[in-house]
Amino acid sequence: MSSIVEPADPAQPPPIVQVTGLTKTFKDQEAVNGLSFTVYPADIYGFLGQNGAGKSTTLRMLLTLIAPTAGEIRIFGMDLRTNRREILRRVGAVIERPDLYKYLTAWENLSLFARMSGLRPDRRLLLDQLELVGLAQRAHSKVGTFSQGMKQRLGIATALVHDPDLVILDEPTNGLDPQGIADIRNLILHLSHHRKKTVIVSSHLLSEMELIAGRMLIIDKGKKIIEGRVDELFDPAQTLVELETADPADAAERLSRSRWQSHLNQRRGNKFLLKMDRAEIPSLTHDLVEMGVRVLAIQPRHSLEDYFLTLTTANQHVDAFTD
Amino acid sequence: MKYLLLFFLVVAKSPAWAQSPDALLQKVRARLDQINDYQATGTMKTNVPFLKVPEAQVTVYFKRPDRLKIRNDKGISLVPRGAVTISLNNLLRGDYTVLDAGKDTAGGQTVKVVKLLPKDDNADLVLSTLYIDEPRLLILKARTTTRENGTYEVEMSYGKYIANALPDRVVFSFNTKNYKLPKGITFDYDDGSAKNPPAGGAKGSVEIRYSSYIINKGVPDSVFQ
Amino acid sequence: MWTLLRIELFKIFRRPRTYIPFGAIAAMILIIQLGLKFDGRSYLELMMSSLSDSFFIPYNMIMNGYLVAFVILNTLLIQVPLLVALVAGDIIAGEANMGTLRLLVIRPVSRTRLLLVKFFASVVYTVALLVWMAVLSLFLSMLLFGTNDMMIARNTVMEQIRSSDVLWRYIAAFGYATVALSTVAALAFLLSVFADNSIGPIVSTISIVIVLTILSEMRIPLYDNTVKPWLFTSHMLAWKGFFYSQSDGQGAAIPGSVENLPAILRSLGILLLYIFGFVTAAIVSFKKKDILS
Repeated sequence: MSSIVEPADPAQPPPIVQVTGLTKTFKDQEAVNGLSFTVYPADIYGFLGQNGAGKSTTLRMLLTLIAPTAGEIRIFGMDLRTNRREILRRVGAVIERPDLYKYLTAWENLSLFARMSGLRPDRRLLLDQLELVGLAQRAHSKVGTFSQGMKQRLGIATALVHDPDLVILDEPTNGLDPQGIADIRNLILHLSHHRKKTVIVSSHLLSEMELIAGRMLIIDKGKKIIEGRVDELFDPAQTLVELETADPADAAERLSRSRWQSHLNQRRGNKFLLKMDRAEIPSLTHDLVEMGVRVLAIQPRHSLEDYFLTLTTANQHVDAFTD
Repeated sequence: MKYLLLFFLVVAKSPAWAQSPDALLQKVRARLDQINDYQATGTMKTNVPFLKVPEAQVTVYFKRPDRLKIRNDKGISLVPRGAVTISLNNLLRGDYTVLDAGKDTAGGQTVKVVKLLPKDDNADLVLSTLYIDEPRLLILKARTTTRENGTYEVEMSYGKYIANALPDRVVFSFNTKNYKLPKGITFDYDDGSAKNPPAGGAKGSVEIRYSSYIINKGVPDSVFQ
Repeated sequence: MWTLLRIELFKIFRRPRTYIPFGAIAAMILIIQLGLKFDGRSYLELMMSSLSDSFFIPYNMIMNGYLVAFVILNTLLIQVPLLVALVAGDIIAGEANMGTLRLLVIRPVSRTRLLLVKFFASVVYTVALLVWMAVLSLFLSMLLFGTNDMMIARNTVMEQIRSSDVLWRYIAAFGYATVALSTVAALAFLLSVFADNSIGPIVSTISIVIVLTILSEMRIPLYDNTVKPWLFTSHMLAWKGFFYSQSDGQGAAIPGSVENLPAILRSLGILLLYIFGFVTAAIVSFKKKDILS
């Protein structure tokens, strides 16, 4: 596995978040092990990993919900251990499912959390926040009557009400329909590009992350796998090419006798995945035609999902290449 | 001459010249009969081992022949049952066999002791013993045994109203059943101090100190309802 | 701190189930008052059965608002701790269960302050319950039954308190009861820190209170001098001490006096120590706790 070491850039502003050697051990289980990463201002920082990889644990440590076993966390240039309140005044977060007080209205929930963050919210401020997340019409409805998507949006509103500089969103699109997912995506982009907020987002929806994240961190089993700019992480020499055929059995037999056998990565039904240099796609195409493979489509896949699958332990669960 | 006078004085004081218990009782009764009614104010102090009550301002009403009521207009008073049934007037009513029981001391004075045995076998009073100040015709103490309510003792001291044979102070003593409630009902606060509950039957007393009497001015019957 | 307390109280009193204990108390009190109104004499006759042979008992005067209030408190101050546990046991664990605890902890408020505010809120709730009890048990009883001297039936003594001498004792008793119930609240509060569901702390608190109350009431020499004096349940009934008067040398009650004020103050001190201990333990535990809910 390669990791991209970014050279220090004097023009780069100082990091908003700097985590060094972060470790968390629960009883005899290591949830996070020696994790280090850096988040820069106004960036959308993607935080990826499978279930149980340690994402939520890491984010909870950033928010002082969990105490690290070892390591250092600096936010806004301050040590989190000794400047907790000062830091949290400038941080807003939604951790997992945003559970709010069901017996209170959206307005009351928002007002309550605003006051806890030290604000004296006026009507205008609360209304603006609710409008931002599209809940102004339901301001005085009890949260118990809300759908999961509405609760998610209200959760984000409570995270933003005190105008934090750093926003941490853990699985913000959970339980949302495609429109809801798109809304959250646009909101995150708005926060970063227009309001210059730094956003750390963890998500399973890798396709969504690909669309919004500037930098990202992939972790697995509590350890960093890779960190860097999204557009710099893909290695053209490791492109996954998807081949769809009309006669998969025949294609499998012909490919097994060809020089492309070593590139075969996976087969699903009538589709084959080959890992190869992107520049060799024309040669592949030529050879398939020569071999008489009945090709329906050839598609290079360099999505984040595929990249993620190749990097993490998920790729050890691939099907064996057999008929 | 003076020796003759001395002789008569000595003889006059000798027992052979003392009045009979019947006669004495009649004279005492005659004194008491001068009182038709009275309304008296006083303070009542209760001294019973299992009762802890504050001093009370009471009004005592009496109307001949035998009605007596002790009332606390400002609160609650637990009045011993015997106290109202054995007023002195009650004791001296009815038919008795009167016995001379000699002399004794009561209230620091030598008194004549007279026992009264009711002739009525069904009367509640079984025996009364009166300790009478003969010269002043005042009953200083009375001990009465009743069929229903045990034995009582009444002690009287006289002062301001001695002319009316009305006492300044009455102490009424009696026997009571012991009092005890299960802890599972009372849930008392246990402050850790040693508690010594009275053993066996208890003896109590009630003292009334009278401050004033309104005598023979009429007392309505409604008071005794 | 004041803003946070207002927020906590807002959350507590906007929740519908907060009012269940108020309803339960009202129901219990009205049931007792109705029972005594219609058949209070039987109750008094039972209490004073050993006196009625020797004394005239003015039952209608004795059955007055002050006595009725005492009977109610005698009954309720055994059950009310359980109602207090319902709210105090839920105050942290309920938030964890709802998933809102993590939203609170990530605010710029120290965990110590957060917990102290929550504890004070549960004390305010306890006071509200007691004020409600006071209004219904004392003032409503005074209206329904009138007032007169108050007779207290103790284990071996019957005490009488003049009517002018009663009210301040009730104020003192309710004040003491606040501390006693706050001790139960503090215990439930402590247990609430360790749970993610309020059922556990509530049931545990109730169980502990019941077991310790039994220990406090039992007469077993092994416990009497060792464990009993230090159990908080042994001191929860000390509010009654305000209704026990001193007597003069001749058995009369001294108005305005308290039989054993030092003992009551000692009991109060022990309860305050327990509260301090429970709350401190709760804060220390919570500061180290990983919030996984």
